[in-house]
Amino acid sequence: MTLDPKIPPGPLPQQWDARRKALRTLDPSAAQGYRVIIVGTGLAGASAAATLAERGFQVEAFCFQDSARRAHSIAAQGGINAAKNYPKDDDSIERLFHDTIKGGDFRSREANVYRLAQISNAIIDQCVAQGVPFAREYDGYLANRSFGGVKVRRTFYARGQTGQQLLLGAYQAMMRQVQAGRVRVHPRTEMLDLVVADGEARGIVVRDLVSGEVQACAGDAVVLATGGYSTVYFLSTNAKGCNVTATYRAHRRGAWFANPCFTQIHPTCIPMAGHYQSKLTLMSESLRNDGRIWVPNRQGDTRPPAEIPEAERDYYLERRYPSYGNLAPRDIASRAAKAVCDEGRGIGPGGQGVYLDFADAIRKLSRKTIEERYGNLFDMYQEITDEDAYAAPMRISPAPHYAMGGLWVDYHLMSTIPGLFVIGEANFSDHGANRLGASALMQGLADGYFIVPLTVADHLAGRPAGRRGSAAHPAFAAARREVEERTQRLLGVRGTRTVDAFHRQLGKLMWDECGMSRSAQGLTRALAEIPRIREAFWKDVAVLGGGEELNQALEKAGRVADFLEFAELMCRDALHREESCGGHFRVEHQSSDGEAKRDDARFCYVAAWQFADDGQPPVLHREPLTFEAVPLSERSYR
Amino acid sequence: MNFTLRVWRQKNAADAGRFEMYEAKDVSPDLSALEMLDLVNDELQRRGVDPIAFDHDCREGICGSCAMMINGFAHGPQPAVAACQLYMRHFKDGETITIEPWRARAFPVIKDLVVDRSAFDRIIEAGGYISVDTGGAPEANSIPVPKRDAEEAMDAAACIGCGACVAACPNASAMLFVAAKISHLAKLPQGQAERARRVLDMVERMDQEGFGHCTNHYECMAACPKSIHVQFIAQLNRDYLRAARTRRPSGCKSD
Repeated sequence: MTLDPKIPPGPLPQQWDARRKALRTLDPSAAQGYRVIIVGTGLAGASAAATLAERGFQVEAFCFQDSARRAHSIAAQGGINAAKNYPKDDDSIERLFHDTIKGGDFRSREANVYRLAQISNAIIDQCVAQGVPFAREYDGYLANRSFGGVKVRRTFYARGQTGQQLLLGAYQAMMRQVQAGRVRVHPRTEMLDLVVADGEARGIVVRDLVSGEVQACAGDAVVLATGGYSTVYFLSTNAKGCNVTATYRAHRRGAWFANPCFTQIHPTCIPMAGHYQSKLTLMSESLRNDGRIWVPNRQGDTRPPAEIPEAERDYYLERRYPSYGNLAPRDIASRAAKAVCDEGRGIGPGGQGVYLDFADAIRKLSRKTIEERYGNLFDMYQEITDEDAYAAPMRISPAPHYAMGGLWVDYHLMSTIPGLFVIGEANFSDHGANRLGASALMQGLADGYFIVPLTVADHLAGRPAGRRGSAAHPAFAAARREVEERTQRLLGVRGTRTVDAFHRQLGKLMWDECGMSRSAQGLTRALAEIPRIREAFWKDVAVLGGGEELNQALEKAGRVADFLEFAELMCRDALHREESCGGHFRVEHQSSDGEAKRDDARFCYVAAWQFADDGQPPVLHREPLTFEAVPLSERSYR
Repeated sequence: MNFTLRVWRQKNAADAGRFEMYEAKDVSPDLSALEMLDLVNDELQRRGVDPIAFDHDCREGICGSCAMMINGFAHGPQPAVAACQLYMRHFKDGETITIEPWRARAFPVIKDLVVDRSAFDRIIEAGGYISVDTGGAPEANSIPVPKRDAEEAMDAAACIGCGACVAACPNASAMLFVAAKISHLAKLPQGQAERARRVLDMVERMDQEGFGHCTNHYECMAACPKSIHVQFIAQLNRDYLRAARTRRPSGCKSD
């Protein structure tokens, strides 16, 4: 099988229009004959569910949360990008496209990124029409701010709760379709396997998390909108429930996994505090608009920050990247923080933090202005750390945040399994090796509102209607049996160590060896260690209770079991990619001043991994990347 | 720090439920209330005791999953935080802490501290949206919205749907939740066309779900992790009265 990305011919600006015209459509009465299964109800899933239902499809939407409105998109703080150019900064679709390609360190597909930039403006129109209360200027028009890696103001925001407001918009649009009888939402229901029959995605196996009942659900197409896998590190900015199970199970059924080692470490999070800490809280990147990042010049300088004179401080981002300064992209800012901490200049307990200082901004703009801009973030910081960031600088530290890698999809967002579509963070498509701030919300909604409804219709238009509801194919019973057996196996171990203990152990290993910097030696060690943890897990994990009830330990155990397989794929991908690009930093491949060194001659491709079998190495396939509109160049933010 | 926990345990909806006592030892003051429950659950599992079930997800106060009465207060005694943002440094060392699920007829207990809040989804389904299909929306800046209106809409839209307002209300009323959504959409020009129908339909569904009436205790606002203001209930009442006076005959409700 070869990888066909199905990129339309012709010049970039015309590709999407041309393809859209060529896609087959279904009128609403014909669409009624098809059932689309959507897993995940975040920005991508809820917007896809609403739009497909508006166009007549019968939609079954699944989420593991108790309400569709709680998907993790809700936690996105900063904003959403669009090329509206309202502030007259000379922004344009071309510029957003260019910034995103460069931000992704030339490891994304030009055609997809161009389309994303084109769609960005329609997203803002749609959200405003839905009643999303974006921030506005005194004249009543929409306000914009700037974000990392970008020199124009193109980020729309709703205080520090942009993700929440966009998600509520999509959720409400979906609930409108529930009322219309075209969407059924299944909360507290987790997808545990994909059903592939006669070479096509035909359904999923789910577990009702309250009754424990395992059921198969059949449909004409399956859309995965299940988010990213940063919780492989245990501690991350992601919600506790975020997991890789849906995409990894699909991978085992034949969907190829692309660039799994491309993960994003966010530079501005509250530092780790203790053993039972369960998550790392993000402080919005928007803080870097006014905050200045620094560490002491001298190693082991433990004086309180106020006692360190200006001359003895190192504003290292401003020093190393004078052009972008504190607004350097996330991968670069995180790595620079790690570098100063590795030199022994990190601050706070454990020496893993750096200061984010607002003293200058408060002096220049007044405390009131800073309160207006970031008040809720300062309050949050105070709650968590018991420290007042108006009086002393914040302590921040990098933390796992986002997965650029995901299931491989073509230009239609379809995976290597016909009928299986993957949208939002769950796919790999638009961010290359590093995502720019405020681009995840843009991508999730572009996929869900504007792309997948068209491509799903095109896929189904050529197929017989009325197959829905038919779970008669033996593949359904087989997949269901496998899920039940696996559940019984997890419950049958009756070991002595909790699921969290194994998750922490895996997370620490991944952070050390496949986190912010990676080496052949460390990755090789991780690849030897992961199977040992996995073996220990299946011998000694403690999952109490039974399968026919609400059993949160059992839910977690299934997710961690999948992480214990998936982590190996991540490390294998990181080991094979002998270059540094974006968030993937191989210590062997850096310039003399510590910058990432790409190897375009050998690695200018998407690595798509095909599952072989348990105990067999996965098979690598390559989708070559070509850059015509933005010539390959060294990515510099100096 | 050390605490004695008095925790509601209930195997399922049919079980009568009861309080059980547990010790939480060596708790760092920097742990959140949920992280303390993680710690207790680790210990319980080591002893072969079924861990305490509780809803949680983002652990930064925005998803609205976590929901528990702590010492008789929804999300605990600290103002303006969800239980996941409640830090143990606010408690006294050696204190006995009582933890229970939301108590409301419309929120039946599923297990331990986990309750069924799907009634909220059904209220939104009844009309908590602006009816606009994807595509073809007008240019975003074609309708300016006064900053003050946008800010007020945002104040209301900040609701996380956790249900603390219901849990705190002596009548188990959902008025603050419903009022927040009504007000969010009523403050914006885009929400005007369906304004009357929305408030009638949402209030009707709220009543059907078995929530109680509002008798102005304001406990909801005190408990709300997002400090949603009761002024929005006044807005709801005004909108409801105006809409009820001009109510169209039944049958015109859906279009």
